[in-house]
Amino acid sequence: MISIKNLHASIGDKEILRGINLEVKAGEVHAIMGPNGSGKSTLSSVLAGREDYEVTEGEVTFNGKNLLELPAEDRAREGLFLAFQYPVEIPGVSNINFLRTALNEIRAYHGQEEMTAKDFLALVKDKSKLVELDSKLASRSVNEGFSGGEKKRNEIFQMAMLNPKLAILDETDSGLDIDALRIVATGVNKLKSKDNATIVITHYQRLLDYIVPDFVHILYKGRIVKSGGKELALELEAKGYDEIKKEFEIAD
Amino acid sequence: MANEILEEHIQNEYKWGFTTDIAADEAPRGLNEEIIKFISAKKNEPEWMLEFRLKAFRNWQNMVEPEWAHVSYTKPNFQDIIYYSAPKPKKELASLDEVDPELLKTFEKLGISLEEQKRLSGVQSNIAVDVVFDSVSVKTTFKETLAEKGIIFCSFSEAVQDHPELVKKYMGMAVPATDNFYAALNSAVFTDGSFCYIPKGVRSPMELSTYFRINASGTGQFERTLIIADEDSYVSYLEGCTAPQRDENQLHAAVVEIITHKNAEVKYSTVQNWYPGDKEGKGGIFNFVTKRGLCLEDNSKISWTQVETGSAVTWKYPSVILKGNNSVGEFYSVAVTNNYQQADTGTKMIHIGKNTRSTIISKGISAGFSNNSYRGLVQIKKGASNARNFSQCDSLLMGDKCGAHTFPYIEIKDKSGVVEHEATTSKIGEDQLFYCKQRGIDNEKAIGLIVNGYCKEVLNKLPMEFAVEAQKLLAISLEGSVG
Repeated sequence: MISIKNLHASIGDKEILRGINLEVKAGEVHAIMGPNGSGKSTLSSVLAGREDYEVTEGEVTFNGKNLLELPAEDRAREGLFLAFQYPVEIPGVSNINFLRTALNEIRAYHGQEEMTAKDFLALVKDKSKLVELDSKLASRSVNEGFSGGEKKRNEIFQMAMLNPKLAILDETDSGLDIDALRIVATGVNKLKSKDNATIVITHYQRLLDYIVPDFVHILYKGRIVKSGGKELALELEAKGYDEIKKEFEIAD
Repeated sequence: MANEILEEHIQNEYKWGFTTDIAADEAPRGLNEEIIKFISAKKNEPEWMLEFRLKAFRNWQNMVEPEWAHVSYTKPNFQDIIYYSAPKPKKELASLDEVDPELLKTFEKLGISLEEQKRLSGVQSNIAVDVVFDSVSVKTTFKETLAEKGIIFCSFSEAVQDHPELVKKYMGMAVPATDNFYAALNSAVFTDGSFCYIPKGVRSPMELSTYFRINASGTGQFERTLIIADEDSYVSYLEGCTAPQRDENQLHAAVVEIITHKNAEVKYSTVQNWYPGDKEGKGGIFNFVTKRGLCLEDNSKISWTQVETGSAVTWKYPSVILKGNNSVGEFYSVAVTNNYQQADTGTKMIHIGKNTRSTIISKGISAGFSNNSYRGLVQIKKGASNARNFSQCDSLLMGDKCGAHTFPYIEIKDKSGVVEHEATTSKIGEDQLFYCKQRGIDNEKAIGLIVNGYCKEVLNKLPMEFAVEAQKLLAISLEGSVG
């Protein structure tokens, strides 16, 4: 699905990613954990194509294509979805209109016709159930006046609508209470299939109780310093990040 | 980074910049009483009309051009303008077949298919159009259909000939000939325009529309529109305008007057798309326009909706005088400036009657090196008890070389008045654009979405066909103005 090799990225003069290697196959769930400032959000931004970062070295192949050469919108159209840590408000633009535009842009990219209004609305109805999204939210302006939990649910709703190949969830658990967390996680689990993959970026182990990963990677100072199965997350939870810091400080 | 893309992209093309090769019957350049008499004679006007003009002219000579607006430009040389230009041959046109084919081609390019309209006569969804080309009204459609309802919709010149009593009674009632520098100039030299009278108890069965086009070089356009809505009547009126692409600045100084009687309502919508000048700010129309509505009697309503994308310099304040008790004034505006455009626009709501209400929603969008100002006056006169006003003035900036300014004036002389004012300034964020892109929406479409979302409250007020046109126009005007 996605193959990341020796990825280096900087913002200004500061190098944040310092040689990331990661291989994600269809059907897999990977969790990336790490302390604050380790580069988790930078990794998701670089993959999604945010232009604030400069990739200085390395390569990323996504479905056989050189991801780094594609503009952000084409990455999305190729099936890469980022659930934002801080979803953005777009006043006056209804969620429905926004998603319909997005969906049809993606369809056009693949040479498909626009979806009819009837089919689209049926899809909205179907997918909003998945994340228990109030139908009122679908017609409200994108994220405007949404609570923190509603925003995150809306991200997963959008993910369900756009049906990506690879979804990257950037700290989707932050700011969620336990009920909202369960709803979001259930949504993500329902969307999982053997043809798609998920990268869950999180600070805490908590989310991984609900979205069980096949692999866990620990990101520290711009590198993946340790990889393992789901037990690694539990180990990390027990010991805290200080252990990791001590262990890899020397290598820095 | 935003600026790089900004610079790379600021290159919107004005798509209405062609000229039409039509022989014109013109007055000599310059302005004096002889020219005014020439215009009046050309139009075969009665004595009272000439008197109105000369009086306005004599006043104008003692007036000074206003300088308080937040715009800077080289003042027009009023002696270097041709004040009368009419497409030849100038004769009475009984049908479209007699209109110069070049002219018809122009209308087709502009998307006004008069031919089409003629064929589809009488269908409710249609729009009756009066076309003013340079100084002369060339054709009014659906005149007969409207006449059956007693609606008078014709060129201003025809109204002067055929309905002198109405013109005499109402002309200058909302905008006196000496109101301001440009209104006085217009009153002296106006050459044509549209006239509309909706009789008692009649709802206009279709939207009425005037389409203005400046064509000839070196000319100014000075048209006048007068709309009278008698008791219990209603009309929705549309105005559109374009001009050829020229290096010179051309002056457009129009006057629009609306008068509503008891329980009458007029909704006036404008999509203003005069040539804005090129990327370096060369050329473009000076749009110095006086638009004012007078809610003369009780329970009447006047609503202005404008989408302003064109003109090099705009100076325009569509206003409402709320004289009748319980009368309502509304102003919904989207003003877009790009490149070196300058706009100083807003409204005046003058509350005189009791329980009068006004609403102002202004959305300014600035891009490029442009300057966009909202200027509004809310005045509550003594005795205007329980008057209410709500104003909302939002500014949206694209890039960091443009300016947005708000100049609200509030004068309250009656203690029972309630005035609310809200203002915001925001920037199209890279975050918003990235969010859209991450969902597969490219830059242009994303800007379109964001801008249309921002203007939604105003665009919603436009009649359907116009709203679609306005949305497209917004996208074109801002094509690639943000990265």
